[in-house]
Amino acid sequence: MFVVVCLLTLAFLALYWLGARYAFHHIQGVQPPEGVDARTFAGAFLFGMAMFGTLFLGVVLAVFLTLGTVRGDAERALLQPLVVRPIGRSALLVARFLGAAAVCAPYVLILYFAAMVLTGLEGSWWPDRIVMPGLELAGGVLIVAGLSLLGSVFLSSIANGIAIFMLFGAGLVAGLLGNIGHVLNSPGLIHAAKIAAWAIPFEALYQDALRAITEKTSGLTGFLLRLGPFGGAEQGGVGLRLWAVAYLVLVGLVAVAGFARRDL
Amino acid sequence: MGWRLDPLAALECVVARLCFFGDGPFFVTARHNGECTLGVVSAALAVSGLVKRYGAVEALGGVDLEVRDSELVGLLGPNGAGKSTLVKIACGLVRPTAGSAAVCGARAGSREARAVLGYLAELFRFPGWMTADELLELHQRLAGSRGGERERVELLELVGLQEARRRPVEAMSKGMQQRLGIAQALVGSPRLLVLDEPTSALDPVGRRTVRTLLEELKRRGVSVLLNSHLLSEIELVCDRVVILLDGRVVTAGTPAELARPRGVEIETDAGTRTYSEAGRDDIPRLISELVRDGRNVYGARVLSSTLEDVYVEAVGGETS
Repeated sequence: MFVVVCLLTLAFLALYWLGARYAFHHIQGVQPPEGVDARTFAGAFLFGMAMFGTLFLGVVLAVFLTLGTVRGDAERALLQPLVVRPIGRSALLVARFLGAAAVCAPYVLILYFAAMVLTGLEGSWWPDRIVMPGLELAGGVLIVAGLSLLGSVFLSSIANGIAIFMLFGAGLVAGLLGNIGHVLNSPGLIHAAKIAAWAIPFEALYQDALRAITEKTSGLTGFLLRLGPFGGAEQGGVGLRLWAVAYLVLVGLVAVAGFARRDL
Repeated sequence: MGWRLDPLAALECVVARLCFFGDGPFFVTARHNGECTLGVVSAALAVSGLVKRYGAVEALGGVDLEVRDSELVGLLGPNGAGKSTLVKIACGLVRPTAGSAAVCGARAGSREARAVLGYLAELFRFPGWMTADELLELHQRLAGSRGGERERVELLELVGLQEARRRPVEAMSKGMQQRLGIAQALVGSPRLLVLDEPTSALDPVGRRTVRTLLEELKRRGVSVLLNSHLLSEIELVCDRVVILLDGRVVTAGTPAELARPRGVEIETDAGTRTYSEAGRDDIPRLISELVRDGRNVYGARVLSSTLEDVYVEAVGGETS
């Protein structure tokens, strides 16, 4: 599986590099509307797409590492020999999360920085903020890993995988609706998107990361970028990050409590 | 339940706890080679009034059972009798609805209980990519055992897998995996070994290996709760037998206590005659009568019920 992940990741980066090279080569001949910086727009748009791809690949990896942690492994009789040991159920659960985090977080960061370097080398465009967006992407993936772990306490592997990917999709749609809400100046859409973003904060972290890469980009270019689909209309800030950490801890506590009461 | 307070062991346990950071009973267990904490010796397993309901289904309806020190108790019963449920409660995998279960005096499922327990499930799997040595090392770390390589080598020799030490689990036969499972259950020198159908996948040679192993463990003072369908295995190794039916104990006792006289069989020149109502004391009279009738008598033996007879009678011929 490790080899497959590596190969697919290299394929993604190779295709992204080709796409970026092609795009930046051709914008030289494009006359953008007045007030729009074509290079900045192309760079931010492409890199936003890469961030979406990074988030998606990270989520896929996180879900596959955790979707069968409890019920799936129990049904396969892999879990019981471990649970009867003195180490305890909560330690096992935390260890599985940390193991998934140790794989997914570096993976997301490596992919993020690789895409950034490719964009910078091909288009001479660099994001306004370098490190924080990558950390927020990694944080979003960890939240999905935590939710998948929680789901594995109650759901079979397949059901859990479906549920988590549907949740992921719902979160992304909520973010897009939020962007549309800002364009149309619709309080209802904006409010709904905000509720969804706080209910499943990986989406809010992703939106905040998208916003951060064009934080200092103003004018028509900045406005067009924030329309989306790869532009963050919502700014989360420190409050969001603190909520994301608290959310992860809460999800973990519910998972531990559920696992402690589960008959195996 | 027998109690014996060893003041020196109790003092040592308290000092050991103070010396280690946090509450680490498995450190204490390792230091004392599997002795119970606080130096109090309890039954290896004590179950009282145990009830377990899964919704409307009553898996256990009030079970009392004890496994004493160095005792090997066999658990019998048809499928659905509650044997695996009882075993899982003892190991902390399932929570009881009512009643209590204690392992060496500690509540079943607590860290102290799990520290002195070894378990092999009826259905188990190990990660296929792990070698036998790696699997035992993992369980040593989980159990807090400091036996190191010496313990792993000894356990693999005990179950006849010393040649397969570096072999991945996925390359092992089912019988080899089962023997490896027994080895992992023995990691950390547990006080109580709980085996759920440990010989189901083994050939006769493998079963004999396990029987010999169980006798050796008994000699070393390890208590064993053995859940098995193989009556011949139970009869050969167990000190006591408990038969469950519909979540309740219907019969319990030593194999000798459970065996009942079924009459007398006398071999004559006219064939073998069975006297179902006769006992041992009737043999001289019966032989005299046969000789008086002109018969030649070649032998006589007392018939008693086998464990299979006892089992079938106890479960009323019920099968799953």
